[in-house]
Amino acid sequence: MGLESAMGEGYFTTTVDSLAKWSRSNAVWPMPMGLACCAIEMMAFAGPRYDAARFGSEVMRFSPRQSDVMIVAGWCSYKMSHAIRRIWDQMPDPKWCIAMGACASTGGMHRCYGVVQGVDNFLPVDVYISGCPPRPDSLLNALMKIQEKIRNEQSVLLDTNE
Amino acid sequence: MDLDKTQSEYNATFFKEHQKALYKSLEDKHTTVEIDKDDPLETQMILNMGPQHPATHGVLRIVMELNGEKIVRSKLDIGYLHRGVEKIAENKTYQEFMPYTDRMDYLAPYSNNVAFCLAVEKIAHIEVPERAQYIRMICSELARISSHLLWLGTMLMDAGAVSFFIWTFRERERLYDIFDEVAGHRFTVSHSRIGGVANDFTEDALNSINEFVGAFPKELKDWNKFLNRNRIFIDRNKDVGVVDHEKAIDLGLTGPTLRATGIAYDIRKFDPYMLYNQIDFEVPTRLEGDNLARYFCRMEEMAESIKIIKQCLGKIKKGPIRTDNAKKAYPSKDEVYYSMEGLIHDFMMTDTGVCPPDGAESYHSVEGPKGELGYYIQSDGTGHPWRVKVNSPSFSNLQGLEQILDGEMVADTVVIIGGVDPVMGESDK
Amino acid sequence: MSEKTAKEQFLDDIKKYLGDDLLEIQDGYEFPNILIRKDRLHETCQWLKHEQHFIYLVDVFGTDRFTSEGRFEVIYNVVCLRTRVRIFLKVRVEEENPSLPTLSDIWRSANWNERETYDMFGITFEGHPDLRRMYMPEDYQYYPLRKEFPLIGVPGSIELPSTTPDKA
Repeated sequence: MGLESAMGEGYFTTTVDSLAKWSRSNAVWPMPMGLACCAIEMMAFAGPRYDAARFGSEVMRFSPRQSDVMIVAGWCSYKMSHAIRRIWDQMPDPKWCIAMGACASTGGMHRCYGVVQGVDNFLPVDVYISGCPPRPDSLLNALMKIQEKIRNEQSVLLDTNE
Repeated sequence: MDLDKTQSEYNATFFKEHQKALYKSLEDKHTTVEIDKDDPLETQMILNMGPQHPATHGVLRIVMELNGEKIVRSKLDIGYLHRGVEKIAENKTYQEFMPYTDRMDYLAPYSNNVAFCLAVEKIAHIEVPERAQYIRMICSELARISSHLLWLGTMLMDAGAVSFFIWTFRERERLYDIFDEVAGHRFTVSHSRIGGVANDFTEDALNSINEFVGAFPKELKDWNKFLNRNRIFIDRNKDVGVVDHEKAIDLGLTGPTLRATGIAYDIRKFDPYMLYNQIDFEVPTRLEGDNLARYFCRMEEMAESIKIIKQCLGKIKKGPIRTDNAKKAYPSKDEVYYSMEGLIHDFMMTDTGVCPPDGAESYHSVEGPKGELGYYIQSDGTGHPWRVKVNSPSFSNLQGLEQILDGEMVADTVVIIGGVDPVMGESDK
Repeated sequence: MSEKTAKEQFLDDIKKYLGDDLLEIQDGYEFPNILIRKDRLHETCQWLKHEQHFIYLVDVFGTDRFTSEGRFEVIYNVVCLRTRVRIFLKVRVEEENPSLPTLSDIWRSANWNERETYDMFGITFEGHPDLRRMYMPEDYQYYPLRKEFPLIGVPGSIELPSTTPDKA
């Protein structure tokens, strides 16, 4: 947001800040990096019973340029890690990352040569979800944690890249 | 297409050798389609349908050379979900390996469990009681319905009809409730144990299965009414991705993809396992070999599964759910808690596990929803297998996909992938 | 009943065809494991496909026996749809420069399976139209399913992306 440049250096109101945070937290559009079984639970999370749209995640935007949070669902192999990193780099700030499931968080039950032992080896993860696969309720909980994080930690003025 | 020109435009920053080899092999691919050498409008291009794309079949990468809208030739790149399950198997006991089988074809985990259990029971000569076999059959067929529901939802969502995804997921949630009741987990259950199943059906579980079996055929009928004569659906799927039966056998296709070309190869009839030879059901086949035929095969398979479940529910009788032999199967929890021998046997089974004879080998295949899923086990006498090879149907079907895609329109790619229905967790073991 | 005699008939046929090159038939299992000599592989498979109608190749894979001679064994899982017979054809290859003739000109389904065997064990297939690795990237130096390869992999053998964004 070019708020700082429009209103002059150092000038912001807390109401503008909270307005921006409120709107950002209630419209978190996920980019599903659905790799494996957790992707099916993520589809259920977007499905009719555990509806994610009522939390603001109206659409699953498959384009990184249009999304806010990347949900890495499933084990990440070494071959795939570069593609994931590339997609992460294409997402515009502010962005968050959810590591869904045991495999994305730490490699899970797959302690072997092909699996990266935790996606946080190359991505800055905000919320980790445990479970194999976690119930969609857990994913909703993680989404709510991201919303809380946005409301509490984000600040419009500090939201610059340098 | 000049490879140097392509390479300079494409700045590969990782796995350079890999990208170079992939594009080179695309250039070298033999095909009988004529390529127009003089191309003033530059209609030829190489399109990379990368490992991450919205057609949610997992991480499949297709590199295709296009001439306008037609795919001249294409190459698949898989392995983005490889974890070395076969290597892991060599370090785990047979029962410890069970959850890994769940995560292979993660749309119908129960069939994978059953396949592995059957292979181990064959190599170790374990007899499974009848009630356990019926439970396994009922749950395998429910898993087959679940997998086909997801196939239907995603294929139609990719073709544009998004509401179908929601409807099929509503039905899948009912199935998840049943599995939750039966096994404790929504879908990656590890319910089937070596020597039987983990726990018996409760009254609630049986009631919910009966309810599902009663309510589901009506849904199927509604969907059939909606789609079978739908002009848009038929136009999108008729004569798309045609395979004739000789090519299908030569390419090694399996499952509904093969049955849609006319070959009635279903392991449940070819080489019956469990109690399928006592159940009366049909194997749907079609002759056209196009996407519409695959659709019809799968829809009819869902109806047949309901028939099988009804018959099994009629025939199931009270009895033990796991074999009694202490060296071959875990004792029941009652025994473990209340008797010393039960405790010791439980410990030995967890520590060492089933020990098949040294040098023994076995192969057992089941008819999974995607096709013939087989496990080949070589034993060295210890509780860890020496070699486990998984013959995954999606791997064979994807091999065929490379040949099916040549000559098709690029907009049909998504529908064809949906029709072949690969699961990357399985093909990328 | 007829399936058993079809299997026995086939075993007699293959014994007659191969003679001494048929090293061993392990028939204690439901599907016979037939071990043959490496140099008769290609013509045996031609005979299997054209004379005996084994038109469906289900799987090709390798195992590492970890013995000093004939270390690797490549197994072909072939099915005859007409007589409902399934056999496992086995061939042993040495540890030094393991290689076999390709069968992808007989059964096209051998293509990817042989690539997978090459990727996992390092067994090359002569005449294969496209021998690249299947699962691991082409830059990878090792063959994962060999017994000496550790489960956790060799640290540093495959690169992870950098944590600073690309400057491009």
